[in-house]
Amino acid sequence: MGFHQTRDASGVAVVQVEGQLIVGNRQELKELVQRALDAEDRRILIDFSRTGYIDSSGLGALVSISKRIREAGGELRLSGLNEDLRSLFELTKLHTLFEIAETPEQALASF
Amino acid sequence: MPSPLRLCVRRSPASRESGAGVLVTLRLPSDVACIEEAVELVTLHCLAGHDAPTRTRFRLQVVLSEALSNAIMRGNREARDKWVHVRAELGPEVIRLEVTDEGPGFDPHAVPEPVGRERLDEADGRGLYLIRKLVDAVQFNEQGNSICMILRRP
Repeated sequence: MGFHQTRDASGVAVVQVEGQLIVGNRQELKELVQRALDAEDRRILIDFSRTGYIDSSGLGALVSISKRIREAGGELRLSGLNEDLRSLFELTKLHTLFEIAETPEQALASF
Repeated sequence: MPSPLRLCVRRSPASRESGAGVLVTLRLPSDVACIEEAVELVTLHCLAGHDAPTRTRFRLQVVLSEALSNAIMRGNREARDKWVHVRAELGPEVIRLEVTDEGPGFDPHAVPEPVGRERLDEADGRGLYLIRKLVDAVQFNEQGNSICMILRRP
């Protein structure tokens, strides 16, 4: 369970969620994104291709992160949600709040 | 470091009502760092010997994580001298999961629906809603410190 941060060729900060995004590690993700914003990153992609499950605290952390990025004048994309993960966003209507791409490549191309 | 989780598995009729053949109990401390391991353990036993689709595993993992998180943070308020108790009755057709904390309880009917447009930007308040959407039935005890979640096996 953890996060892996890289940068793509065009300068987008890419965060991979490996394992779960739940109450026990949501703060770590929020701090990681805050550090990226502090370092003047304004285009951020969070990818869930290697994620098992997300709980409501994890969803809440994504809502907070989205707000912070918006307030900083940045853009957030999500990608790699499998059918189960996507269903959580749909049940909570959060799919209307985020820009969600099928793959990280499609998300990067959309910035 | 040894795990602070206490797991007990009994392969005997647990409940005549549910027809359960296996009873799994787990006690964990009020520490959110224990949730992932507890979810993994209980899910493993719930699905052992069953050819469960990934959707069932996913629902179990999410609702257990939610219920444990609620019990630890809202019920026990992360007090280190309080425990969370999980009881899973595993039948051929139904999984009955009970998560109980040692807090004063709450009124589940007083929790607002989190999906209105005005609440979409809120960081909290989706846990119970997700549980209700992902299981087949939810019950609370009178005190409101114990949730019972029922999932039918596909």
